[in-house]
Amino acid sequence: MSDTIIYTMIALSAIGILAAVILYLVAQKFKVYEDPRIDEVENALPGANCGGCGYAGCRAFAEACVKESELSSLFCPVGGNDCMGGVADILGLEAIAQDPKIAVVRCNGTCDHRPKTNQYDGATSCAVASSLYAGDTGCQFGCLGHGDCVAACDFDAIHMNQETGLPEVVDDKCVACGACVEACPKTLIELRKRGPKDRKIYVSCRNEDKGGVAKKSCEVACIGCSKCFKVCPFDAITMNNNLAFIDSDKCKLCRKCVVECPTNAIIEVGFPPRKVKTDLPPKPAIKKEVPKKAEGKSSEDIKPDNLEKK
Amino acid sequence: MSKLLTISPSPHVHTSDSVNKIMYRVLLALVPALAWSFFMFGFEAIRVTLIAVAACVAFEYLIQKFIMKEIPQITDGSAALTGILLAFNVPASLPTWMIIVGALVAIGVGKLSFGGLGNNPFNPALVGRVFLLISFPVHMTSWPVTQHAAVDALTTATPLALLKEGVKAGQPVSEIMTALPSNLNLLYGNMSGSLGEISAMFLLLGFGYMLWKKVITWHIPVFVLGTIFVFQGALWMLNPENFIEPLFHLLTGGAMLGAIFMATDMVTSPMTVKGQLIFGVGIGVITVLIRNFGAYPEGISFAILIMNGFTPLINAYIKPKRFGGTK
Amino acid sequence: MLKTFKLGGVHPAENKLSANKAIEKLALPKSVFIPVAQHIGAPAQALVKKGDQVKVGQLIAKSGGFVSANIHSSVSGKIKKVDLSMDSSGYPKQGFYIDVEDDEWEDGIDTSSELVENFEADSKTIIDKINAAGVVGLGGATFPTHVKLMPPQGMKAEVLLINGVECEPYLTSDHRVMLEKAEELLVGIRLLMCALQVNKAHIGIENNKPDAINHLNKLTASDSAIDVVPLKVKYPQGGEKQLIKAVTGREVPSGALPISVGAVVSNVGTALAVYDAVQKNKPLVERVVTVTGKSVAKPSNLLVRIGTPVQDLIDAAGGLPEDTGKVISGGPMMGKAISTTDIPVTKGTSGILILPKKEANREQMKNCIRCTRCVTVCPMGLEPYFLMTVSDKQIWEKAEGNNIMDCIECGSCSYTCPADRPLLDYIRLGKGKVGNIIRNRKN
Repeated sequence: MSDTIIYTMIALSAIGILAAVILYLVAQKFKVYEDPRIDEVENALPGANCGGCGYAGCRAFAEACVKESELSSLFCPVGGNDCMGGVADILGLEAIAQDPKIAVVRCNGTCDHRPKTNQYDGATSCAVASSLYAGDTGCQFGCLGHGDCVAACDFDAIHMNQETGLPEVVDDKCVACGACVEACPKTLIELRKRGPKDRKIYVSCRNEDKGGVAKKSCEVACIGCSKCFKVCPFDAITMNNNLAFIDSDKCKLCRKCVVECPTNAIIEVGFPPRKVKTDLPPKPAIKKEVPKKAEGKSSEDIKPDNLEKK
Repeated sequence: MSKLLTISPSPHVHTSDSVNKIMYRVLLALVPALAWSFFMFGFEAIRVTLIAVAACVAFEYLIQKFIMKEIPQITDGSAALTGILLAFNVPASLPTWMIIVGALVAIGVGKLSFGGLGNNPFNPALVGRVFLLISFPVHMTSWPVTQHAAVDALTTATPLALLKEGVKAGQPVSEIMTALPSNLNLLYGNMSGSLGEISAMFLLLGFGYMLWKKVITWHIPVFVLGTIFVFQGALWMLNPENFIEPLFHLLTGGAMLGAIFMATDMVTSPMTVKGQLIFGVGIGVITVLIRNFGAYPEGISFAILIMNGFTPLINAYIKPKRFGGTK
Repeated sequence: MLKTFKLGGVHPAENKLSANKAIEKLALPKSVFIPVAQHIGAPAQALVKKGDQVKVGQLIAKSGGFVSANIHSSVSGKIKKVDLSMDSSGYPKQGFYIDVEDDEWEDGIDTSSELVENFEADSKTIIDKINAAGVVGLGGATFPTHVKLMPPQGMKAEVLLINGVECEPYLTSDHRVMLEKAEELLVGIRLLMCALQVNKAHIGIENNKPDAINHLNKLTASDSAIDVVPLKVKYPQGGEKQLIKAVTGREVPSGALPISVGAVVSNVGTALAVYDAVQKNKPLVERVVTVTGKSVAKPSNLLVRIGTPVQDLIDAAGGLPEDTGKVISGGPMMGKAISTTDIPVTKGTSGILILPKKEANREQMKNCIRCTRCVTVCPMGLEPYFLMTVSDKQIWEKAEGNNIMDCIECGSCSYTCPADRPLLDYIRLGKGKVGNIIRNRKN
């Protein structure tokens, strides 16, 4: 009996040793040299594999970093400057600091601002809806509200607001990877400079129709009147196809344009409330937390009227 | 405009068919065999069926609601169908708690762990049955005597088990056959076995109904049964002393139940006719191999589960004939 | 055994409510909007400007390229403005707003209803006349007809197929044309045969229109060059490739045009327009449109001028019903839902279908149970369930590899899916994306 045990043990050990030797030899033979820095760089990266850098995952980005001789064209939006500093240290290169960015939805066509002209009943996907037609409102540039951007976000940083029917970016969670920018078939989402204290001013509209047409389809559309363009002291605003655009790199957040806009298409976020001047019609300064409540109220107020009209 | 028009991509009309209708039609097709089992096994059959269905539906509801955090979809009839099929695959004497365990495995492991209806690679009812068969082999293979049998015993063996034991003992087939029920009895189901598998006739009735209502196509059952017939027939012709005639294998065990109701499960069978041919032939061959050469007297559940495993592969490689495709 | 195509197909409820309604002439509208792009290909170039006075049949926009078509004024009156207007999909399109004054036709157009049977024109003249008259495929695809009649180098048409299938449920405009304008239609067919230099034409008609089959059979009894082929009712038999397969048994290879098997397919409405263009010198300014729906008071077949607002047609059929949920331009399988009835009838409008509210909305989508029905009914032998998955997950290489571009968007898959999955929605999306990828690769 004990013989059997001993023979078995010897045989199995022999097989084990043999296999180990073979494995070692094969591993040596087919060894692929890999720059050890790739692993180091990869470890320094956030590991979100979001593709925000333009590469297929963090590993690919790390390989690209090691290959390049300078880091100017490479940036990890998720890790930001700290992370890129770490990468630069590993590689002995210089990190080029970039301003942190954030995704901004440039449409303010809420249910109140932009009356529906039809009822969409197809697959719940912005891509499908936009391949079918212009949208369920008079505005062919506006948000379709089916949440392709929400589905694209790996960071839970963008949500649909059921009341307004528009997506909202959670400032603290957004890492500016750009997935939502890619996902939006109406190219409504832009990566803008994250201003100090998350303050930002932007034209919340992409409507390129002529003023009258735009205004008719949406109350808060940019009508291309150029007033903001004229008032801007920093040349941050450009006019194109009946549409104003504020360059976030040039904008100094002076808020002059916000007051000037006749349709409230320019939105300021994150500022303390203004003192309301008595001689001017009150402009609702949209604060970060306020819009939900304010709009919630207004929509409730308006709804019964709408029903009566129907 | 006062009212808004609806916009959606074409087509704007839809057939009246739905998943629910398909499931309920399959359930309806099972009714004749179910009624026969009630007649044969009496109250015990009703107990097993009710418990299996109730447990499956309850587990589906609870798991979807509290673990998957989805809106429970128990009204689509698929959980009830799994319950009935599970009941059909166990002996009428199975203890209640075992049925509940089987239902949990069928629904929880076989179906919902893969994401629910449409995502399960294996037939859930068979997963439950095979789990029970392996875990509780004694309970799963002691068959209660039918109410109308003249034998004075509590349990008996199925025809397939009798055959297996006989062959193991070295008896020639012709000798064993004297102890087996006649083909006519096998056809209408006067034999012992799992709840739903005993009556070939009533299962065929359900098959006819499903064909009429276009719930399933004829392909898979015919491929499976045809293969069993041909393969067993070949063995029988080679050596009639060791192998029984093919008709016996068609009428006994779960051959009919498996071929008509389990192998045709849409989720786990291939999409194209060519794929279904491979699938059906595979099931037939494996069944005959297990029945003749394996340890178990019955093998169609294993055969179906094995071929279920091949289904994704078959779907990936067997493509339908394309219009204007290169020949 | 009646002929039909082999692969796939479905049979939706036919609902041909207006099959017995004779074609009525709709009263002239007060104003029309005529878009410059009513066909596949380049938009036409405007020839008139605001304030110009135009007559019926006057050329107001010139063909803008090889694949393009002339646009004629369908009414007489004054051009109010040349501006944008929303089309059925909500995007603005250029076109002419014309205020209607009287009904004065351009000189040289024969407006009588007298049958002109004889012609001595040669192929070139006929094609030129068709081109000048702006004739496009009236079945809905609106491909310029003169382009179809000029096969590419090295290819030769052998047979002409006339599509009288009308496999779309509800629509009856082609059916009525075959009954009421059969003589004209046959002359049109002979003209097309002459233009293509073929000596055989088949008229494919589904056998749910026995009156049309009999009528045409009687008229073609003495002519061995044209015959009527009754076909088994099956959707989408009106698809070019399916019709060719059903009638001739030939299979157009994947990615190729029908001409590659020597066939040219033309709709009956188109053949009638060809007759008007060549024999009557009359450009394409009016067409037959079916206005129908279960709750429509008077389902009818109307002869309307291009550019007439859809609302006028609906009014003529008894007004928009109370329970309207959806208005569709075209048939229920391939038509386009429209958001407003202010849009005009264009060359491609074959019908206006009004669906009640309870039929307008889709059911909630459920999990795919892999029942194989979409694969079984796909007339192109594709796997819709798979194409939907890869389109949703944006795996375009796999979509292309599984021949998503073969899809003819007939909608049989979505129609038949018991889990109410929007298969075609996603396949169409994928087709668009893959098409772009292929185009970019070529450039």
